[in-house]
Amino acid sequence: MSTFAAVVLFIGVTTYAVLGGADYGAGFWDLTAGGARRGRDPRHLIDHTLAPVWEANHVWLIFCLVMLWTGFPSAFAAIMTTLYIPLGLAALGIVVRGSGFAFRKVVVKTDHQRATGAAFATSSVITPFFLGTVAGGIASGRVPAGGHGNPVTSWINPTSLLGGVLAVGVCAFVAAVFLTAEARTYADAGLERWFRRRAQATTVATGAVALAGIAILHADAGRLFSGLTGRGLPLVLVSAACGLASIALLHRAAPRLLQALAVSAAGAVVVGWGVAQYPYLLGTHLRIDEAAAPDATLASLTLVAAAALLLVVPAMALLFVLHQRGHLDTT
Amino acid sequence: MPGLSLVTVGASLVPADPAQLLPAREQMAFTLGFHIILVPFGVAFTFLMLIANARGIRRNDETALLLARRWSQVAAVLFAVGAVSGTMLSFELGLLWPRLMGTYGAAFGIPFAIEGLFFFLEATFVAIYVYGWRRMRPWPHFWTGVPVVLSGIGGTLSVVAANAWMNQPGGFTMRDGKIVEVRPLEVIFNGAFGFEAIHMLLAAYMVAGFVVAGVYAAGMLRGRRDRYHRLGLLIPLTVAALATPLQIFVGDIAAREVYRNEPAKFAAIEAVPTTGTHVPEVLGGYYANGKVHGGIKIPSGASLLSGYSPSTRIQGLDAIPAEVRPPDRLVAIVHLSFDVMVGIGTALLGLSAWYALAWWRRRDLPRSRWFLRATTISGVLAVVALEAGWVVTEVGRQPWTVVGHLLTRDAVATSGNLWLFFAATVALYAAVGATTVYVLRLLRRRWRDQGGATETDVPYGPPRSSESAPAGGQA
Repeated sequence: MSTFAAVVLFIGVTTYAVLGGADYGAGFWDLTAGGARRGRDPRHLIDHTLAPVWEANHVWLIFCLVMLWTGFPSAFAAIMTTLYIPLGLAALGIVVRGSGFAFRKVVVKTDHQRATGAAFATSSVITPFFLGTVAGGIASGRVPAGGHGNPVTSWINPTSLLGGVLAVGVCAFVAAVFLTAEARTYADAGLERWFRRRAQATTVATGAVALAGIAILHADAGRLFSGLTGRGLPLVLVSAACGLASIALLHRAAPRLLQALAVSAAGAVVVGWGVAQYPYLLGTHLRIDEAAAPDATLASLTLVAAAALLLVVPAMALLFVLHQRGHLDTT
Repeated sequence: MPGLSLVTVGASLVPADPAQLLPAREQMAFTLGFHIILVPFGVAFTFLMLIANARGIRRNDETALLLARRWSQVAAVLFAVGAVSGTMLSFELGLLWPRLMGTYGAAFGIPFAIEGLFFFLEATFVAIYVYGWRRMRPWPHFWTGVPVVLSGIGGTLSVVAANAWMNQPGGFTMRDGKIVEVRPLEVIFNGAFGFEAIHMLLAAYMVAGFVVAGVYAAGMLRGRRDRYHRLGLLIPLTVAALATPLQIFVGDIAAREVYRNEPAKFAAIEAVPTTGTHVPEVLGGYYANGKVHGGIKIPSGASLLSGYSPSTRIQGLDAIPAEVRPPDRLVAIVHLSFDVMVGIGTALLGLSAWYALAWWRRRDLPRSRWFLRATTISGVLAVVALEAGWVVTEVGRQPWTVVGHLLTRDAVATSGNLWLFFAATVALYAAVGATTVYVLRLLRRRWRDQGGATETDVPYGPPRSSESAPAGGQA
């Protein structure tokens, strides 16, 4: 039962990493799109693509928090009392990002758009970085089961920094592929090229970081390394293959296929982390079943997850379909 | 340094308080106080929007449709800020109160999990509704708004269930400081759930109704008495005026429930120093050194209200063991907040009655400018009452976080400098709050310059305008 709850939790983490990640990545491209005139078209596409979906995607984060604190309360407390600095900064980043994005849609003056847009975009880069360091801290076993681990070295360490940089890179990669596909559906060749070039560059950069990461993990997080090169290896390979395939097909493939490949590339890495970590929730010192809440609580969470499957997934599918078919007007 | 002096004040109350207690409490109060203002707009404002929308479609009323569409734009902004400030609260539950979550998450978390479900649905359908105006057909578009209202209600009930559980915890068994058994239904439907949830829900409808009505009343005071403003006042004010008497009724029940099941909070609300009968109802006044200074005393009032008889016995603050007795300062805050809430509620009931009377007699708004003035400030008053109500329930629970189980000072984080986090949060929230106000005023100015419906503004654009819709509809 506890394993099932952990799987549900991890589905939430993976979904947030992919969908939320794509939104963060769009903020990355927004930030780097250049001056007001040069960056107008990409920003416009980003705005149009994100506006109807980012809040629904954001709820996956709430889902993860709630699943963690209800299903595995002691692990939640341990993470929060150890990694409170990056988590606090991520929380503030989330506030700035969401409101900045909502405000930019309304304001009209260029410098106001610039200010609100900068708030949105900067925090879109900072937040996944901090969340990545948190993941690195957990994955490398730096959160003690009783919490109150070192507040600094738990997230300023090789694995955490790798996690942070990789998170930003993967977000940017997914977003660039998504936006390339999006630009194609609008038959905007210039914009498509703009995002395609960036998707290619990000793949190279993120791939390089991931390769360097092998050495980092080997030195800094032995157990995670052996998990990823052992049981998790197929997933790591799937991720790499999908990443490369999405780039190779970036010119030709149908937008939907490109998006599926990008999602698989990002998702497989996160699932690989989960598989490598099983059966532990924290390092090698807190097993999933040790941290789990009583059965009745886990059963309630299962019910909620089932209801989510029945209600939320179709609703979000409806939103995505309406958006893709152009029934939603974001101007 | 003001921060430093506050620390020493906080520390002098209970010698063993961790240094993190005061900043954590201040931050929780500040961010919850900020977020709660936005809640009525996600929960109840969307209902007002749907009323205008339905009226617009059914009667082919362009003015109502214009209002609905503009309200949805406002709702979109406020929903976004509410979503992220709500996320902040989720983080804070862990960052500020790790012992609460670590020990009681298995029970306390269940209502939040259900809330997450409603939040998903709300976020999804808000997006479809807000962005669906131009390209969806009228009635299907309207129906995408209905899940928003329903999930707003469901979400409110769930979150309040969690809060109510802290006041009247139940549905779990502890052994060696760990929860070993949970009865989810008892957690959700705890003793305080029913009245707290309905009280908050009605509060949301009152706040949204009076605030929105107030905006259009202000416009009418400045001479903009067109149909657009009239309708913009009528729809929300009618909803608020219907909710208000219900709220007074529910509030009365709630107070008696608190009297029965949360005697410590009730003693603070009524500022009762010693247990006894014939307890007077004190309106206003400041509680210090074991008695109320000033205020108007109604003999046996509190006894009569709680048990319908002057000989009703009310437990005083002296019945609370000294080590968990709230300090006088907190009692004073709870008592005054309660009076502010009830006072405003009564005033709003008066305003609702005035409106109802005029409508019953002449099918029109009261003619007096004083009515518009009163409606204009009713929104601010409703927000103040909402905040005061939350102060009553949150401060009134102190020193407990989970009554009888977990003291607030034992729930708080014990590492890190939380003043820094608090300062950063206040700075960011100030910027976000100011920009929210700026953005809403910007929308207002834009719409005022546009006057009535413009090409881009008319909902259900192309198919509808090809029919013979009456143009404009208002000045």
